[in-house]
Amino acid sequence: MTSSVSASILRPRARGPLSKLLADDKLATIALFLPPALLLYTLFVILPIGEAGYYSAFSWNGFGSPTNWIGFDNYRYVFENRAFGLALRNNVLIIVVSLLIQLPLALALAIALSEKFRGAVALRMLFFLPYVLAEIATGLIFSFVYDGNYGLLASVWRLFGAEAPHLLASPQTSMLAILIVIVWKYFGFHMMLYIAALQGIDRSLIEAARIDGASRFELLRYVVIPLLYPTIRLTVFFSVVGSLQLFDLVMPLTRGGPADSSNTLVSFLYNFGVMRMRVGFGSAVGVILFCICVTFAFTYKRWMMRDD
Amino acid sequence: MTSPSKTRRRFDPAPLYKALFLTLVAAFVAVPLITTVLGGFKSLGELRTNPFGLPDVWEWENYWGILASKRYWVLLRNSLIIASLSTFLTLAVAAMAGFVFAHLKFFGSRMLGEYLMLGLLFPAATAILPLFIKVRDLGLLDTYFGVVLPQVAFSLAMSILLFRRFFKDLPPELLEAALIDGCSYIDYFRHMTLPLSRPILATVGTIAFVHSWNAYLVPLVMLNSDALYPWPLGIMVYQGEYSAEWNLILAFITLTILPTIVLFLLAQKHIVAGLTAGAVKG
Repeated sequence: MTSSVSASILRPRARGPLSKLLADDKLATIALFLPPALLLYTLFVILPIGEAGYYSAFSWNGFGSPTNWIGFDNYRYVFENRAFGLALRNNVLIIVVSLLIQLPLALALAIALSEKFRGAVALRMLFFLPYVLAEIATGLIFSFVYDGNYGLLASVWRLFGAEAPHLLASPQTSMLAILIVIVWKYFGFHMMLYIAALQGIDRSLIEAARIDGASRFELLRYVVIPLLYPTIRLTVFFSVVGSLQLFDLVMPLTRGGPADSSNTLVSFLYNFGVMRMRVGFGSAVGVILFCICVTFAFTYKRWMMRDD
Repeated sequence: MTSPSKTRRRFDPAPLYKALFLTLVAAFVAVPLITTVLGGFKSLGELRTNPFGLPDVWEWENYWGILASKRYWVLLRNSLIIASLSTFLTLAVAAMAGFVFAHLKFFGSRMLGEYLMLGLLFPAATAILPLFIKVRDLGLLDTYFGVVLPQVAFSLAMSILLFRRFFKDLPPELLEAALIDGCSYIDYFRHMTLPLSRPILATVGTIAFVHSWNAYLVPLVMLNSDALYPWPLGIMVYQGEYSAEWNLILAFITLTILPTIVLFLLAQKHIVAGLTAGAVKG
């Protein structure tokens, strides 16, 4: 804090009472400005996650107070649950698809759209639009697209004279269908981040590489993409964190079914914890999810983003 | 695209590939949206035989029926109330806290700052059951505030971070001069900081509003009565009731995402900047 140099020069004598007054003013400001945030945050963010840890040691349906202490049994039940394993697998699948398909697609589009041409801005906006739409609306739109009787895919199939598959109704394809929607919904967000980063690149670096005879591919591979590494690391982070909390999109499409084939961790928590009011069990899932999120955030920040 | 030299005019296929690629992606994005809007104008029979093209007969009554129903307007009203309250509270609470962390050093301020940043690490879903019990015990179940307060609490970490960074970047001479003139911190906040903070208020406000407007999980857990449902909950109920009448559902979807799309087209710059701002933190 720069304790204003000019102030002490201008008023050397008024320092004592003035600074006392300022200190009081400071105190008043802190006492007035900080408590609302601290209170809300502590009450609705920190306490609940702590209570999740506490409740997870009980078998409790939410009524009365938790008395039936069962230690770590809830965690055992969670890990023994077949649907939990599937949900975990699905979350890994979402992360893999995000990293291997969504981000490269976003990067390619960003590079294609960072040059100025007619319609570039309109295309950017079109590609960003799905990100702004609610997950629920997106999910419903695609449950129409996938609908076996009326949907778009069904009519494409009928064009070729084949019987339309019900993608969402089969455990083999439900997750595939959801993954496509995830790419549709979120690639525009990552693309915008890449475009912002591309616009920040110093043009002279690219010019210099061109003059040195770099081909278009070499230019991308050795100049542009290395310059984007900080942004790429950031988008990887967002992809993983986003996929860990995916829920809204799953509900209108499949609700996690059929046969629990398309649950994510959060929809598993909802279907098995909230719907059945198994507070202890659901809290245990929450704690596991919390641990995954925090471990990932810390290790990723530590190992991948240390030079940013 | 600048061609390297004008003497060499060989056919370059790259722009063609690029155009093809962009067209494909644009179709991938736009076709589901366009068919949704058009589908709302079709009869159920036509939807089945002609899902892509323009409707033969424009069935305006699909849309008019929904617009004339009380249901649609109640959903929008509820969403508007919840999102406005969330946005206003987030702005007020986070701006004040961000101001303290930007300008005032006190014992434990660093620790408190880090305590608040813990909220960035995990989503509301992790603690949804204890959150439900907390809201129930506070008597806020099935009220707007039962949804608003948790939403505000979970958006605080990011919002305070954005405010603090913006306030710190304001010229420090302003604060020094104001303090010398006998201005208190609170007056400075009201008369100097806030008027200068329109961009960051717009950014944080956009994030808060869009997230609250689209939110599903927290209202789903906290609200029981249809009368209070925001539109994402209401549209799920609607879909349950009219499960096979896709033309009506598509019309309903179109009408509920219409406000978002109109707002997006009107204020695209702010919205893009706002929604990507959280990402580009230094």
